[in-house]
Amino acid sequence: MGIRMIIRRLGGGLLVLWLVSILTFLLVHLIPGDPAEAVAGENATAADVERIRAELGLDRPVLEQYVTWFTGVLRGDLGRSLFTDKTVVDSIAGSAPPTLVITLMAIVVAVLVGVSAGIVAGLTRGSRVDRAVSALATLGIAMPSFWLAMVLVSVFSLTNPWLPATGYAELSEGFGTWLSHIVLPSTALGLATAAELARHTRGCVADVLTRPYIRTARARGASGGWLVRRHILRNAAIPVVTVLGLQAGRLLGGAIVIEAVFGISGLGTLAVNAVLQRNYPIIQGYVLLCAVVVVLLNLIVDLAYGWINPKVRTA
Amino acid sequence: MTLVTRRASAPKIPGPARTSPGRRVLRGVLRRPAVATAAGFLLLLIVLAVAGPLISPHDPDTQDLGNRFAGLSWTHLLGTDEFGRDVASRVIQAARIALAAPLISVGVAVLIGLPLGLWAGLRKGLVDAVAGRLADTVLSLPAMVGALAILAVLGPGLVNAMIAIGIIFAPGLFRVVRGATLAVAEETFVDSAVAIGSPTRRTLWVHILPNIAAPLLVQVTILMGVALLAEASLSFIGLGVQPPEASWGSMLKAAYTNQFDAPFSVVPPGVAMVLTVLAFNTIGDAIRDAVGLRRGR
Repeated sequence: MGIRMIIRRLGGGLLVLWLVSILTFLLVHLIPGDPAEAVAGENATAADVERIRAELGLDRPVLEQYVTWFTGVLRGDLGRSLFTDKTVVDSIAGSAPPTLVITLMAIVVAVLVGVSAGIVAGLTRGSRVDRAVSALATLGIAMPSFWLAMVLVSVFSLTNPWLPATGYAELSEGFGTWLSHIVLPSTALGLATAAELARHTRGCVADVLTRPYIRTARARGASGGWLVRRHILRNAAIPVVTVLGLQAGRLLGGAIVIEAVFGISGLGTLAVNAVLQRNYPIIQGYVLLCAVVVVLLNLIVDLAYGWINPKVRTA
Repeated sequence: MTLVTRRASAPKIPGPARTSPGRRVLRGVLRRPAVATAAGFLLLLIVLAVAGPLISPHDPDTQDLGNRFAGLSWTHLLGTDEFGRDVASRVIQAARIALAAPLISVGVAVLIGLPLGLWAGLRKGLVDAVAGRLADTVLSLPAMVGALAILAVLGPGLVNAMIAIGIIFAPGLFRVVRGATLAVAEETFVDSAVAIGSPTRRTLWVHILPNIAAPLLVQVTILMGVALLAEASLSFIGLGVQPPEASWGSMLKAAYTNQFDAPFSVVPPGVAMVLTVLAFNTIGDAIRDAVGLRRGR
């Protein structure tokens, strides 16, 4: 992929982020009635309402508010939480680690389970294994991740006390403790993505197998292992990267519910509480962060295409 | 009912030529066993939702605190919950929300996405540019995150949650409709309609809409399942259905809190939900395959 292409993609991404910033800024203004009163709640005194109005900057013209807010965002200042003394950046940074760890581990689970199942199914098309993988994938896509989480907890924590049912442990508390706390959440979160990956990988492998170059390679006496390594894995990498790029955002959203199931105080919990308390600066910060992550991932996916498939580089 | 596994295209039976191609495709799809089962299940769900109070064995809201977490029995087919309410009756009652909630979301999405997509696909111009950018922007947010942001404005509650999901679905639907419209707009009959002075609205509804019905139908069916999952998720984190109203999501939440006392209680609402989503997906996938659309978004 040429440098010009990268710059164009980067520009598109920045434009989208700027539009997201406008939408998130407008969130407060879209509240029906007086936003300050809505945020302050029913039992608030007039002084409270005025304090919140000043804090949100609602006493100034809208354009001026946006410019002030946006220049703040560019400097990494997202304002303060309305109900605690912390800045939004501190609140988010404080809750980010568990969410990040679980989401990343979910991706690992998804790739390990999904890609290997997809390859096996694609190589043995029509077999009993293939049909089992397809059925499980269909089921995995239809299953809500938090229900899967409950079933996992029921089997691995309640019936057999092997893994902790709730909570999150820091890495400093020991690798085993840390790992035991993230196995169930990341499995529950990752299996739906694994199902999606398995479907796409299977389709791609089955498709590659019908290509003439595979027949040629076989005719030259290439072994099965060589075929898988040289041709199939490389071709299968394309749907894997695409699906992962699309699913990463979904995992971030799915983490909200998974955190609720396992009582982990991560970003999702922070955001849900912010919605319930109408703590708008936190919500704005969270939404912006998610948009940045998704836009960045899409950019990485675009770049990865060029790296995996040389044909795209010149396009 | 006899189920025939053949595809509709296989036997060439001379029939009345009046059946439209769309109807023929639908009939062919319905003949597949998986689709017939899925459609039958959804039909059963509709019957349960409509006739629930007549069918359900107990009143879904009657508490019986002396009989909490009762196991499976002939009086309580699926046991009782933390207030001694009959789980089977509550699962049946929640079928209403399971059908109504996705309908609200998909309705909102169609209301926003369909007219904009049609217009953008045929006339392009400013509507296309603005709506396209806006769609990109909304799609850059994970669905749950976007829904959360909208709920921060609207406030929690089932209807608000489903409207929020609908708004989040709209850009995807817009893109599907716009893409399909672009393709149909190339056809000669659209050109000639425009040439003889057919107004845009008429061109869109009479000439284009029937020809993009298949992708639209696929998208709507799949979205029904996704909306149900979203409703359950939002109800689970307390932003959707508020107690004492029962949805499968809120039942799961209650079941989760009491998982130590009644491990079985997570099964009935979960299975009901999985089967329903599976039914929507099966039908959507089958129509997509039958009309030869590409899988994926």
